[in-house]
Amino acid sequence: MLLKLVPENTHYRFMWLRRYSFPLSAIVAVASIVLFFAVGLNFGIDFKGGTVIEMKTNESPADIARIRADLGALDLGDIQVQSFGGPDEVLVRIQQQEGGETAQQAAVAKVRSSFEDRVEFRRIEVVGPRVSGELAQAGTIAVISALVVILFYIWFRFEWQFAVGAIVTTINDIIVTVGLFVVLQLEFSLSSIAAILTIIGYSLNDTVVVYDRIRENLRRYKKMALPELLDRSINEMLSRTVMTSVTTLLALIALYIFGGEVIRTFTLAMIFGIVIGTYSSIFLAAPMLIFLNLRPGGGQAKAGKEDAEKDDSAAAPA
Amino acid sequence: MLYFARWKIALVVLVVLAGLVSTLPNFFSTESLRQMPDWLPKRQIVLGLDLQGGAYLLYEVDKQDYIQKRLKTLVGDIRQTLREEPRIGYTGLGVQGQGVQVRIRDVERIDEARERLSGLANPLVSSLFGGQQVNEFELNVSEDGLARFTFTEEGLSQRVRSIVQQSIEVIRRRVDELGTTEPNIQRQGEDRILVEAPGENDPQRLKALVGQTAQLTFHMVDVSMSAEQALQTRPPAGTIVMDSIDEPPIPYLLEEAPLLSGEDLVDAQVSFDQRTNEPVVNFRFNTSGARKFAIVTQQNVGRPFAIVLDDEVISAPVIREPITGGSGQISGNFDVESANDLAVLLRAGALPAKLTVVEERSIGPGLGQDSIDAGRLASLIGAAAVVIFMVLAYGRFGVMADIALTANILLIFGALTFLQATLTLPGIAGIVLTIGMAVDANVLIFERIREESRAGRSAISAIDAGYSRALGTILDANITTLIAAVILFQLGSGPIRGFAVTLAIGIFTTVFSAFTFSRMLVALWVRWRRPSHLPI
Repeated sequence: MLLKLVPENTHYRFMWLRRYSFPLSAIVAVASIVLFFAVGLNFGIDFKGGTVIEMKTNESPADIARIRADLGALDLGDIQVQSFGGPDEVLVRIQQQEGGETAQQAAVAKVRSSFEDRVEFRRIEVVGPRVSGELAQAGTIAVISALVVILFYIWFRFEWQFAVGAIVTTINDIIVTVGLFVVLQLEFSLSSIAAILTIIGYSLNDTVVVYDRIRENLRRYKKMALPELLDRSINEMLSRTVMTSVTTLLALIALYIFGGEVIRTFTLAMIFGIVIGTYSSIFLAAPMLIFLNLRPGGGQAKAGKEDAEKDDSAAAPA
Repeated sequence: MLYFARWKIALVVLVVLAGLVSTLPNFFSTESLRQMPDWLPKRQIVLGLDLQGGAYLLYEVDKQDYIQKRLKTLVGDIRQTLREEPRIGYTGLGVQGQGVQVRIRDVERIDEARERLSGLANPLVSSLFGGQQVNEFELNVSEDGLARFTFTEEGLSQRVRSIVQQSIEVIRRRVDELGTTEPNIQRQGEDRILVEAPGENDPQRLKALVGQTAQLTFHMVDVSMSAEQALQTRPPAGTIVMDSIDEPPIPYLLEEAPLLSGEDLVDAQVSFDQRTNEPVVNFRFNTSGARKFAIVTQQNVGRPFAIVLDDEVISAPVIREPITGGSGQISGNFDVESANDLAVLLRAGALPAKLTVVEERSIGPGLGQDSIDAGRLASLIGAAAVVIFMVLAYGRFGVMADIALTANILLIFGALTFLQATLTLPGIAGIVLTIGMAVDANVLIFERIREESRAGRSAISAIDAGYSRALGTILDANITTLIAAVILFQLGSGPIRGFAVTLAIGIFTTVFSAFTFSRMLVALWVRWRRPSHLPI
């Protein structure tokens, strides 16, 4: 028989869980914000400036201690050396040099000439102070403008409560994802912004699908209490929500394991974001509508399936 | 929803076939493609720098350096103008911050001085202001005789624009000589130049070639005192001490005004010195340069002169006899590569201003190939996992979704190839993500069909309702992702932009394959089997 991850006709009472899910999410979000300011992100060179050099040594495994000592002798300020990918592969980070772009280039030239004969330079990236400032600005603008444009789109397609609910949920997802970057001290680079924008897209995708069903059910069951209606909508979509998350996660996990070191952080952030996005569309986005007073007054009368079927034709999507 | 006219079926099949045809060349090597008939499509996906290796360099015009140089020439021009007969007495001429200042001694002659100096304000024709004239400098002369030149904002930005334009031409000539395949050189913003050289595996050499100003000048050596002496006391007026390129550098005392410069050259080639067998660079002057060189060498037999590149003395030979043929030779401890690079630089001409590297990303070919392999493996495994999972979850409908997914992937690669969009490593991640999410549209439809079927509809009516009701949801869900992709495209450069492109293309092909292609498959299946019960 066919594989069913979620049994048919579930009746989980998700709305009842909001007394736990709301405070829990709030705590996680606040903790993320506090950590963001107290500990801070591990900014990569895209935003901080500096140099990254990936090298493959002639000997395997690479003698990291020696490389560190040799680099230290060059007097380039703060230096990090870590193994990266294979045992003979090493990633070197050099801080932004005093004296602007020219000094950065001089630093790279020094490293080159002192390591040239024993390593293969696989990647060299140098970002100057001006460019890193611009990239940070562009990244922030991108995230904010994406949120604003999507807010207007949802507002245009649904009632305002949906738009607010979707944006609050998405902002929560972003905050928590940034929290992950802080806690694991993952390098935050331009591709992290790309990951966050993708998470915004996915999380909204999920939220919109659930909202779509809620809107349809609002027309169908005119007198049902809102919490009951929300529970019903989520249960109806539960199978789909889980299926889509699973297929997307399958693809991303393959990418995480086999896609190579360069995009590992990027994929990890997306995997996390998909899980958070799925959670938040069920446990935050939907119950938020109750707080936003989507159906004032109409919540008490208990009517249900009677008016369901005859309203059927009106429920076709707009 | 389930009726498809013949022409519609033909159209859908045609679109998928177009995707297939466009994708196919990617499976062949460039060699075998060349041998195929001309009418076959030959375009392959463009790989980003992170996949094929290469260098990405972002240069910025060093404005301060340009301003200082320009002001220095202006000082010279002012001196010359005021010294013309009848001379106007002046004092305190020099660079002051971002301008030049001079005091006219004789207050009576201020108007005359203003008249003369205003010629140096240097009118430029600006295209920005509809051909209206803009001056490069603003000249202010106060009542007590203080004249001050300052850059006008439009004048400076127009200068910078034309510097960028000229630099791009010079860089293109230089990079072309390197033989790099399809370099991309373009203006970026007001004062930046982007140089992308895919496949370039010696970015260090590229950088040396592109970033060097390569201002070649010829100076007479001043032999009235030694350079060491000049450094200890004070160099005589009109002379300057410059170091040589040797290790350790040797100082030379030179006449500041150059006799000739790189602009007077028409050609430069590498050859070998007959006696020492060392590489040297032979150059040839243009007609006026040759005449000047002949006169100078005639007058100075027995004296040394210096060949200077970017304020460093390359060599300082003694003039043995007058050189009238208009050609000469630079020798100075070159190896073949450095001699060759110098010849390239001299042929391509000097950059009009100093350029600074503000961003550099270079990827070695080894890492690029590793990334391609990793990306390919990850996409294959990811796709296989999704395909198997869909069959397990939806049976026969899952198979149809998988066929639609295959068509989807073909269309993505076809579109990437056709549009010649650049595929980057994050771009591959975008495709894998699309594979995961593409199924979503099918899942939405199938779940809807299941529901409708459970609600008691007949098979055909359930399928019909499933598709029509899922459409709105699918559109809403995909448009939000599309918005994120478009904004990402605006923001990003290089790899990130590649991710945005595949994500956006993926959204279009997903909606097409789920909503048109898979619906057609289901419709054909229904027409064929006329099921009364749904296997879903």
